[in-house]
Amino acid sequence: MSALLEVRDLTVDFAGRPAPRAVDGVALSVAARERLAIVGESGSGKSQLLLACTGLLAANGSARGPVRFEGREILGNARSAAAARGRGIGFVFQDASGSLTPHRRIGDQLVEVAMASAGTGRRAAVDAAVEMLGRVRLAEPASLMARYPHELSGGMRQRVAIALMARPRILFADDPTTALDVTVQADILALLAQLCEDLGMALLIVTHDLGIVAALADRVAVMYAGRVVEVGMAAALLSRPRHPYTAGLLAAVPRLGGRGELATIPGAPPAPGEWFRGCRFAPRCPHRAEHCGVDDPVLAGPAARGVACHFPHTGSDTA
Amino acid sequence: MSAMLEVRNATVTFPRPAADGGRLTAVGGATFALQAGEILGLVGESGCGKSSLGRAILGLVPLAAGEIRWRGRRIDTVPREAFRPLRRELQLVFQDPAASFDPRMTIAESVAEPLRALVPQLSAPDRAARVEAILGEVGLAVELAARYPHQLSGGQLQRAGIARALIVDPAFLVCDEPVSALDVSVQGQIVNLLARIRRERGLACLFISHNLAVVAHLAERILVMHRGRIIEDGLRDEILQAPRHPYTRTLLDSVLAVEPVAARRLIAARPSSRDAVAAPELTP
Repeated sequence: MSALLEVRDLTVDFAGRPAPRAVDGVALSVAARERLAIVGESGSGKSQLLLACTGLLAANGSARGPVRFEGREILGNARSAAAARGRGIGFVFQDASGSLTPHRRIGDQLVEVAMASAGTGRRAAVDAAVEMLGRVRLAEPASLMARYPHELSGGMRQRVAIALMARPRILFADDPTTALDVTVQADILALLAQLCEDLGMALLIVTHDLGIVAALADRVAVMYAGRVVEVGMAAALLSRPRHPYTAGLLAAVPRLGGRGELATIPGAPPAPGEWFRGCRFAPRCPHRAEHCGVDDPVLAGPAARGVACHFPHTGSDTA
Repeated sequence: MSAMLEVRNATVTFPRPAADGGRLTAVGGATFALQAGEILGLVGESGCGKSSLGRAILGLVPLAAGEIRWRGRRIDTVPREAFRPLRRELQLVFQDPAASFDPRMTIAESVAEPLRALVPQLSAPDRAARVEAILGEVGLAVELAARYPHQLSGGQLQRAGIARALIVDPAFLVCDEPVSALDVSVQGQIVNLLARIRRERGLACLFISHNLAVVAHLAERILVMHRGRIIEDGLRDEILQAPRHPYTRTLLDSVLAVEPVAARRLIAARPSSRDAVAAPELTP
């Protein structure tokens, strides 16, 4: 079975001296209707990976792949990336304002998308726009159509941004709730889960929040210093992490039942591109041995469960 | 015994953006007390007034009504210029360490700044010694003192931010979202540092955060703010296990567990996953 999205040996470099590499040889795939979360901290390369896949890298960035969507190469070809966006790839960002034109009414923006994607006339597009707002559970669509983006709350703007996606087969989402309050965040996550189900949409979500991974993802890839260090089904990876970084990250999450000292990972991740020989997590790793500083561990194991570590935690995934 | 800090009916208002002469109420009649050495959590979502309340206590925004007493003495009526001696006792740790440091000053210069302003009689060598000692206390290597803010990581910069607040030996610290700009793996380092310093120095602290779980780790007593009001004030375990106010319950019910079954149950229970959401009332 071929994947809906197939990323192989993806690298993302930025012009500069020395050229900072943000993503360093990442392979991953997303099947139709699958929800994959890429989790990592700032500088891990997760956002640049997502931007590269959607053809939206900054001008001084360059990506090498291949990245195939439904078998077609979408990397490095701005026109095919834009066409892919029109034909089945959608995306939402941290700040919905980036997806919306500030000085145009919500309705006009939706109608334009509806006319472009369905090739219909204006009358039918207005109906489609109303339906789009209903699909993201916004009330009183008719009055909303006349509003400008700044008149809406952050959560409502994010809903409109999602509505603008028409009917993608895969949605790329870059921490879409990080700018929102927790009570609103849960609502937007619920909406995304519902849309995946209703539209048969696949999801590639990039986040720093393991709670969001738990809420949405079927499968998870953990990134550290430009690479995927662990991949696995969400339930297995979150309960039995194999990479010491994943384990450290999970332990560091503050919990409502937690008291006193928080678990921490000593030190800080290397800055993008400032990488060294051997395992990039080694300086912070509680299990490091001498050859961790020499040999670079490669991601080994099946797509359903892989880890890049010389001394992974072991144990069965089926408890 | 009277409390170290007493806030009574504190009200903070701002002019409306539309300039119709009216005012928006950011904090509406907040009342609470804080004992010496106590760490009090203040939680709420954006716009609830928690930062405005913290700033009002530090004399950075004026009160429209109510009063604030520090060691029994009213401080909300103290004019800005006369507030300086109080500055030594009441200090602030900012949310975004990168934005709170002057990019053209070295870390040592920035950390020394409050000393320069508030203890001008101190000699330069004494000042330098104090800076070195405080950087050690917050776990910053001495060679970082000569660097500029952009050369430090977010976690290192927040350590410097804490050093800058501590250098005048305050008795009370307002920490306004001190870890929300940091990565999870670094966030715990700063939370633990604050907990240790507070314990060792016997500092009182108002820890403001939108993250209930972070507050749960630190504070034994928690205030919950919503729409400018303190809607709940109680011991941590009471608030977390038996919240009295429906909003506190909503807030608790929105915290995602890092566990798929529970996290999925939480989002599946959101009414708005099926129902329409009403448009919010638009502020004029």
